[in-house]
Formats: sequence, structure tokens, C-alpha cells
Amino acid sequence: MSRFSSLLALVMVAVLAGCGRPEFSDAEKQTIASLALSRLPPLKPDTTNRFADVPAAAALGSTLFFDTGMSGGGTVSCSTCHKIDRQFQDDLPQAVGVGRTNRRTMPLAGVAHDPWFFWDGRRDSLWAQALTPLENPLEQAGNRAAFAHYIKARFGERYERIFGPLPDLSGVPANASPLGTDAERAAWNAMPASQAEEVNRVFANIGKAIAAFERSIAPPQTRFDRFAIDLVAGAKPKGDAAFSSEEILGLKLFIGKANCVTCHNGPRFTDGSFHNTGVPPVAGLPPDRGRVDAVAQVEADPFNCFGAFRDGDASACRELRFMVKTGPELVRAYKTPSLRGGATRPPYMHAGQFSSLDEVVAHYSKAPASVEGVSEVHPLQLSDRERAALVAFLKTLAE
Amino acid sequence: MGLASLWRYLLGGLGLAALLAGVLAIVYLTAPRAPQPSSDVGRSKTTANKLFVATFEPEKGVIRQGELESWLLTLKTVEGAPVEGAAITISGGMPQHKHGLPTSPQATDYLGEGRYRIDGVKFTMSGWWQLHFAISAAAGSDTVVFNVVL
Ligand SMILES: [Cu+2]
Repeated sequence: MSRFSSLLALVMVAVLAGCGRPEFSDAEKQTIASLALSRLPPLKPDTTNRFADVPAAAALGSTLFFDTGMSGGGTVSCSTCHKIDRQFQDDLPQAVGVGRTNRRTMPLAGVAHDPWFFWDGRRDSLWAQALTPLENPLEQAGNRAAFAHYIKARFGERYERIFGPLPDLSGVPANASPLGTDAERAAWNAMPASQAEEVNRVFANIGKAIAAFERSIAPPQTRFDRFAIDLVAGAKPKGDAAFSSEEILGLKLFIGKANCVTCHNGPRFTDGSFHNTGVPPVAGLPPDRGRVDAVAQVEADPFNCFGAFRDGDASACRELRFMVKTGPELVRAYKTPSLRGGATRPPYMHAGQFSSLDEVVAHYSKAPASVEGVSEVHPLQLSDRERAALVAFLKTLAE
Repeated sequence: MGLASLWRYLLGGLGLAALLAGVLAIVYLTAPRAPQPSSDVGRSKTTANKLFVATFEPEKGVIRQGELESWLLTLKTVEGAPVEGAAITISGGMPQHKHGLPTSPQATDYLGEGRYRIDGVKFTMSGWWQLHFAISAAAGSDTVVFNVVL
């Protein structure tokens, strides 16, 4: 803006001041518009999963998602922790599958927009992510050979209509995996390479079907979105789209002085990246260093984008190719979570450290140092009124 | 109140507003200006030791926040000849936030005429970003910094 037009704007503001100040500046309106759900772009095709948008694959994926048969003991499914009536999360500080894990279950609305998966981004596609809990002894505690047998016995026809003929599994051990128990690993290592490859292919397809289903889970419109649509259109928000003065103050702080929008940006309120925000570890849980330890894991994952089970070409692997692999900023860095629906799903943070939004906002206002690495958050000294206003605004994202 | 006195009030009000605007204008125009990171957002500049002229621009012409994008770095000598076979490394971050880049951009392709594709560039937040280039070519090694403000 030139100095003259800034001056003109200043004069306008001075004159308008006498006639009632407008609630939001043009810059604020632009930021608010950028957060509205209507700005969410359509899902990009996932060329690494050629079944991603095949309805029959999504249907099979949905069956598998809710099927407790997809676990070692037959008692746990994806939906055990990703509960359909609870925003696909479980309200617990740390997820409990076959055992108790060390991380909070993430909700799934809009998950297919993410470039990285899990709190630390240790997987690089939705289908590679879906495979991981299946074999985690604390989650579904299964093994890929057993899953292949189970699919053949229980869903063979459905599977083959989507993915083509299942391999001959007659010589495949009942239980085998490169990640399992000693016995399962020994059984896996005794398998010929071609047989291991065939089992891995079935396993990968299970992930691709579940991912196809998860792509359909979209965030719903909220009061904030109705408010934003009216505000940007120049209409006065009416009915439930109208914000109270406290909610307006909260929104102004969110996009202004409190700097929340720096990381919680875009229609999903996340930059999809990893940050150390000084959230304390939970006593009694194993050491957790976040992103810095996930880099090697995603690189070593045979189901990552560079692996043999990717469909399409390697041009889809740019996130992995240009991944930041080292640096102090990765220490205790965790993915920025979406804030949509957040108000109705405490507790918060990667291990459920905070039980209420008041605690979350208090943490960011105080900005304590990180136990390891450096927190990116700086103290804000928000007043009681300002903290309450931020919480009031966050609630509009869950109504 | 008569119509005449209403006019007097209105005129008086306008006069006061004009006076206020004048005072504000003087304060505004004479106030020292804070250093503006956005003042140097040129897409073309001479490198630090004046070995090269570098041009840095988004390959698709626009920058979209949060998208993994490719940019083009064009290197010429000061005489205008294209610089070929350059080794380029990229670093950077947000000076005001004291953090680095969310990705590790690399020079992935040479497109001829001194043009290098810099792929894997992503700006995850709005604000002031800096990209540092270290360039090594037959003429020697040099560096250049580009500012990007979103
Ligand atoms: Cu930043």
C-alpha cells in the first residue's frame, strides 16, 4: 500500500470511528475467509493407491475398519479406538487396543488431506498408516500372514473382485511377520522371497482398502463456517451464525495477538507440519522424542512411497523425497492437529496431557520451555478474559 | 433545536474530524518506520560477491501456501551468459519465527539457459521467509538470499 492510500485509509478509520468501528479489518476478513470450510480444496487423487477412489475398495475398507477379526485376538478393530460416533477417536489420553499405547488417538475427519500420518509423521500415506496398528502388539496385535489367510477365508471373493486373484497361500505359515514375535519372525524369514512378496501385496491392499474408506470421512460445517461465509459476503451473520462479543474477541485473538493461526491455518486449522510447543512428557510412558525419531522409521518402512507396493510413479513421492531429515527443530516436534471438532474431544495433545481447552490455552499463554529441544511458542500473558474468549471461539469449531 | 444550530453542530463535527485527521497525518508521516522485511522481495538480484545474477520465481507463477511447489532459479553471469553445471544447495527459514524450512528443497533438474528447477519448496505459514542459495560453478562460489513474504 502506498503511503498516500495508507493515509487515506487512516482518515477513513478516523471518520468511521465516530460512526461505529467495523468489527474486522480487511486483513482479518481475509484470514477468516482462509479458514472457512468452503475453502477446503477437493481431495487430491492418491496415485500411490489406484484403489483410493474405487467404491468397492472403500466398501471393503469400511468392513475391515469395523471388523474385530482384523486383530490377533479377535477383539480389536480400527474402530475400537477410532469410534464412529466420537469423531473417530476414543476420548482417552492414550489409545487402548490390545494394550495401552503411548499416544492419543487422532480423529479422522479430513485425514486424507494430510501429507504425514501419526502424531510424528512416521508414515507417508494413508494406506501405509493403516497397516501399522494391525501389527502393533499394543494395538491390533496381528501379523500379515494371518491377515492374508483371514482375508482369503472371510472376504476372498470381495477382495478378488477389486484387487485380482489372491495368491496361493497353502504354503504360507499361519502366523508370520518381519515385525512379530520371535516365532513369527523366524517363520517369516523361512519363507521364500516370492511368497513374502505375495503376502506383503495382500497386506498392502488391506491398507489401500481401509484408506479408500477413510478418504470419505470429511469434516462437517460448523458455526464458525456459517459465520465466516456471512462475514465475507458482507452479510450480517444471523441466527446461530451470529457470534457473541466474547467469540468475536476470541477469533480476533486467534488470528491476531495469540498467533494461533500461525500453525493452525487453512480450512483444517493445521499447517500439516511438526512443531515443538513445549508440551510436557507424561510420567511413566516410554521416552517420546516426536518427529526426530520418526524420520528413520518412515524411511525404513517397506510400504513407503519409494517401496515396491506404490502404484503409479515416484513423482508422487515428493514429500518423502524433500523431507527434512535432521535438525534440532525435529526434537519433540509433533504434528499440528486440526482444531475442527476439538472442543468436544478432550483430552488434548499427543499423549492426552491436557484435560480441557482451558489448560491448552493456559499452556500456550504461559509457553513453558520444552524438556528437550526448543519450544517455538513464546509467552503471551493473556488475561483471564482473553483466555476465556479463545476457548469460546474454539467451541464454535465444534458446534 | 433549530435547523440552523444542527448545521452548526455538523460543521463543527466535520471540522474537528478534519483537524484530527491532519494531526494523525503529521504523526504518521514523521514517525520512524520499523525495518520492513518485505522491502526486499526482488525476484532478481546480484549474488553477494557479484559473481552471478540470480532470478528466483515460482515455476507456476503463483505461490500457494501449504503446497509442495517447484521454483526456478536462473543463473547468469554479470555479462548475461547462462551459468551451466552449477552445484546449488538451499537452506532457509522464517527469521522472525526462528525456525527453518519445513522441507529440504533441492536443485533437481537443469532446464538449459542457466535455469535450474528447485523442487520441494513449501511455505506452511504466512509471514517472512528467507531462502539462502549457495552456488558453485566454474566462475567460483557465491551466495544469494531471496525473501518471500506471504
Ligand atoms: Cu513460522
